[in-house]
Amino acid sequence: MKPPAFTYHRPQTLPEALDVLAQVGSDGKVLAGGQSLVPLLNMRLAAPAHLVDVNRLTELAYVRATQEVVRVGALARHADTERDAAAYRVLPLLRQATAQVAHPTIRNRGTTVGSIAHADPAGELPGVLALLDGGVEVASAAGRRTVGAAEFFVGPLESALRPGELAVEAVFPVPPAGSGTAWLEVSRRHGDYALCGAGVLVTLDEDRRVAAARAAYISVGATPVRVELTEAVAGQAYDAADWAAAGALARAAVEPDDDIHATAAYRRHLVGVLTARAGRAAAAAAAGVADPDSAGEGGE
Amino acid sequence: MTDHDVRLTVNGVPRTARVPARRLLSDCLRHDLGLTGTHVGCEHGVCGACTVLVDGLPMRSCLLFAVSVDGAEVTTVEGCRAPDGGLGPVQQAFQDCHGLQCGFCTPGFVTTITAYLRDNPDPTREQAREAVGGNLCRCTGYQNIVASVLRAAELTGGAQLTGDGRS
Repeated sequence: MKPPAFTYHRPQTLPEALDVLAQVGSDGKVLAGGQSLVPLLNMRLAAPAHLVDVNRLTELAYVRATQEVVRVGALARHADTERDAAAYRVLPLLRQATAQVAHPTIRNRGTTVGSIAHADPAGELPGVLALLDGGVEVASAAGRRTVGAAEFFVGPLESALRPGELAVEAVFPVPPAGSGTAWLEVSRRHGDYALCGAGVLVTLDEDRRVAAARAAYISVGATPVRVELTEAVAGQAYDAADWAAAGALARAAVEPDDDIHATAAYRRHLVGVLTARAGRAAAAAAAGVADPDSAGEGGE
Repeated sequence: MTDHDVRLTVNGVPRTARVPARRLLSDCLRHDLGLTGTHVGCEHGVCGACTVLVDGLPMRSCLLFAVSVDGAEVTTVEGCRAPDGGLGPVQQAFQDCHGLQCGFCTPGFVTTITAYLRDNPDPTREQAREAVGGNLCRCTGYQNIVASVLRAAELTGGAQLTGDGRS
């Protein structure tokens, strides 16, 4: 359980980091929080020849929120994102989902952007990025590009990042006015990987009827799974929408696998249940009222 | 593969070590610095036994490279003692409540709870359970550990009242 030997690089600035990443190419791996990477190294599931430690790039340790977008730099820890008051005001979903990333001890070190770059289909932040149609700012010695969530997540632990590239920022668009969100998971214990996690975004019209609804699910596919729910609930009152129908729609749209933690059938069942619960909660949040379920739904 | 010089302030004492890049902080503390209070259980971030405070925040020392935290202040279970060298409040609480049996997991609990009570000095029982949710114990069944969290909160509060500066 010791990591394999590697050559260590600790650039002090972003341009220096991009130079090193360009030199080491596909033999290199970025070390940020390391809370996913170091277990892989300890278990010898990965053995990069070079690790490029970006922990000195303090210029990337930021969470910046405006009315339109929340930008999270590559060195913002989960705990920073979770606690950021300005980000919470415009995008409560970030805190709702981040609070369910492992345990506080892990969130003190692991980074929001690293979690996205790791592209674990059980990861909360990839699900949030997918739900919001967000994107990743990617830098390399050759320049910059922006990759949308739909293109960024390619497969399990596989992203669209190329050798020599660094994900420098995650971009989370703020949903339009009249929107609400919820993030719910079922796991064996709080802090474990979710057997299924669901984020729902609901937008209401001026009469508090559902104008649009969509969901993203984690742990039920090779990447976060986006499902449009609008057709099941469009035009319905926020507190009387048929979220069970939305759940049925989502159940039919996912293709989970069996593993030692849960069967595919159980995961599919959870997709339906969590869609209904999160849908109701998101609609209530959009309407600015308390979630009718919240009294009995803690601890998941 | 070249070795790296690492400077750490461990429990208030400046320390240096020359380590390969792949040296985990847990191993650096134990092997290079001789501080064997930090225990290594699963070595992939699940059990919490190796938890230490890095610049005041609890982190898994088995998921950190020593070279990556060069310059940091580290507090281990050895640093959770009272200024007079006796048991610190969290350690005392574990003794009072029979919060440990074999003791393997205890260092991770003590560091985690020390940091938790600093930010949440008066937790409820439910919050106390959540506070230790990331640490595994295979002996006691957690009831006495949760009681230890609450007892430690009492002791820390008492320390504030008597003004002996432990909290």
